[in-house]
Amino acid sequence: MDLFHTIIAILESTIRVSVPLIFAALAGLFTERAGVFDIGLEGKMLGAAFAAGAVAAVTGNVMMGLMAAVLISVLLSLVHGYASITQRGSQIVSGVAINFIVAGSTVILGEAWFRQGGRTPALSGDARFQTVTLPFADAVRDVPFLGPIYSELLSGHFILTYVAFALVPFSWWVLYRTRFGLRLRAVGENPSAVDTAGISVIWLRYRAVICCGILCGFAGAYLSLAMSAGFVKGMTAGKGYIALAALIFAKWRPVNIMLACLLFGFLDAFAIRLQGNPLPLIGQVPVQLMQALPYILTVILLAGFIGKAIPPKAGGIPYVKER
Amino acid sequence: MSNPYAKLPGWAEYGLIPLINLVVAFLVAGLVVLLVGENPLNAAYHMINGAFGRGEYIGFTLYYATTFIFTGLSVAVAFHAGLFNIGSEGQAYIGGIGVALACLWLDKTMPWFVVFPLAIIGSAFFGAMWAFLPGWLQAKRGSHVVITTIMFNFIASSLMVYLLTKVLKPLGQMAPQTRTFEAGGQLPKLDWLMSIFGLNLGNSPFNVSFLLALLAAFGVWVLIWRTKLGYEMRTMGHSPSAARYAGIGEARITVIVMMISGGLAGMMALNPIMGEQYRMQLDFVQGAGFVGIAVALMGRSHPAGIIPAAVLFGMLYQGGAEIAFEMPSISRDMIVIIQGLVILFAGALENMFRPAIGRAFAGIGRRSAVAAQTRGA
Repeated sequence: MDLFHTIIAILESTIRVSVPLIFAALAGLFTERAGVFDIGLEGKMLGAAFAAGAVAAVTGNVMMGLMAAVLISVLLSLVHGYASITQRGSQIVSGVAINFIVAGSTVILGEAWFRQGGRTPALSGDARFQTVTLPFADAVRDVPFLGPIYSELLSGHFILTYVAFALVPFSWWVLYRTRFGLRLRAVGENPSAVDTAGISVIWLRYRAVICCGILCGFAGAYLSLAMSAGFVKGMTAGKGYIALAALIFAKWRPVNIMLACLLFGFLDAFAIRLQGNPLPLIGQVPVQLMQALPYILTVILLAGFIGKAIPPKAGGIPYVKER
Repeated sequence: MSNPYAKLPGWAEYGLIPLINLVVAFLVAGLVVLLVGENPLNAAYHMINGAFGRGEYIGFTLYYATTFIFTGLSVAVAFHAGLFNIGSEGQAYIGGIGVALACLWLDKTMPWFVVFPLAIIGSAFFGAMWAFLPGWLQAKRGSHVVITTIMFNFIASSLMVYLLTKVLKPLGQMAPQTRTFEAGGQLPKLDWLMSIFGLNLGNSPFNVSFLLALLAAFGVWVLIWRTKLGYEMRTMGHSPSAARYAGIGEARITVIVMMISGGLAGMMALNPIMGEQYRMQLDFVQGAGFVGIAVALMGRSHPAGIIPAAVLFGMLYQGGAEIAFEMPSISRDMIVIIQGLVILFAGALENMFRPAIGRAFAGIGRRSAVAAQTRGA
């Protein structure tokens, strides 16, 4: 029974740490499927987290915070879009630039506005997302086995957590069952075919980039309004890159993305739990190995040793109409 | 691929456009300073004074520049072959192992000029090995070098935390770092070079590795524009299909270029480890690998451009510390913003001002042609 509770606790924190990864990886899914690579997920998430923390602290309203996060993230996406779609610059370079600009400005602006060492003021009450208790969660708590799963594992998360998981099938539906999704996928594979059909490649890619901005905004808002009570400098701590890894690991497919994010989240939660406790049979595992595991797994996958990850064919190439 | 932009004269291509991009980046950075409620002109004054005001400050500026020359060259070499090595950060970090091993082994028995060459080989070797895998994976297994090098940066940082806390740390010490090296592991400072110009180096760690950086820059120039390998690299960078058609082994070039790039990044570790700290600390690279991206873009991947670009970033780092001291609301993170803006304007948006400049040149050209004609008539 003790082991059972430990497992529930690990899985519960797995869900908690996976949520920003799911948001960010789905965000990446939209742009990359449209042929715009984005290694600026990290920066957008960080910028969104800062905007959310700052606005929620000033207004005391969590929804204003969320909106600010989405707004800033979409603006950053548009910068990326302008550089890589309109100006046909390198998508990778633009993503790197955004990561740096955000990393620096969140600290500078945070310090200038709040003077708390790059933090935003601690949030409480209405300025922060509250956990949601699912119906009957308390009533079924004592039911053996299923009770704890329902009331501890599934209930008691933030509303954004449920939104993240709901977005997985929704993204699938948008990408595979709507006209927009079909065109979006086509523009990532063969933009000139889409252009021949009389559909604007530029506008489609911009829409994809905006979708990415909205989702990154949710990821950032989750970090500073739900997971923590306020923004802390550098709080994304590489999550944007892990999300990128998850996106590739999932071979650019929505449901796989959820599973990959849960896997990477589990590794994270497990590593924290493992600290100082030797594992049966294997013995002491260095924490650093656990932390590096998502990256190592992604490299192995990319190398084609676990199936093959084939990126969208037109990804990374700016579209030039024939002259 | 067709070139959509008019051809510009060399000085405009390599001088004017980078300058305009740089000026725009600084103007936007100035806006951030305004937003914080400080005077950008004051900030610029403190920065330039802090970077060049005294011999000691110049020493620090050039110390940082040394680091950025190495990482800038590392990124630039890969650019020439059409590869984007974001992994200079991790390669430099791993390169530190080579430096540390050479120093820990021989610092008590040998003078610095014996340890130094070994440390160079060690750092280049470890850096190159860390870049070999991503290069090989791209060449043979088709995984993109950008993604793998990002992943390798994170793996390197985990690996180094492990090594420094569990393996290389002396017993009974708390801080995750190696022991301090004896005289053999300490590079001499370049005070003689500074005294030629009548400057006093003070406490700054400006050391011999600067000369090595200049040598490396020259070596890269020879490699890229004066050797067969360099020619093959550039061919592949311009047009992979042309390279394939000419019988240039893409896989071989990719692996070799990545290893050269990694080796250069690794050599960066000499400067902070043997030149300043005299020990290997956690996180000694401090983002220099990423600065290398900005330096390479700014310097248009040419050693003659990379050296001034590296000095510029050295100035930002040293002068930025001075701004932080004079204007407490502007911390050193300001440099990170400027770095990002330079990458954005000199890299991703490099073509933004090109059409306008091209038109301006075309206009001048036409007018002078017309003038010549009227004179002739």
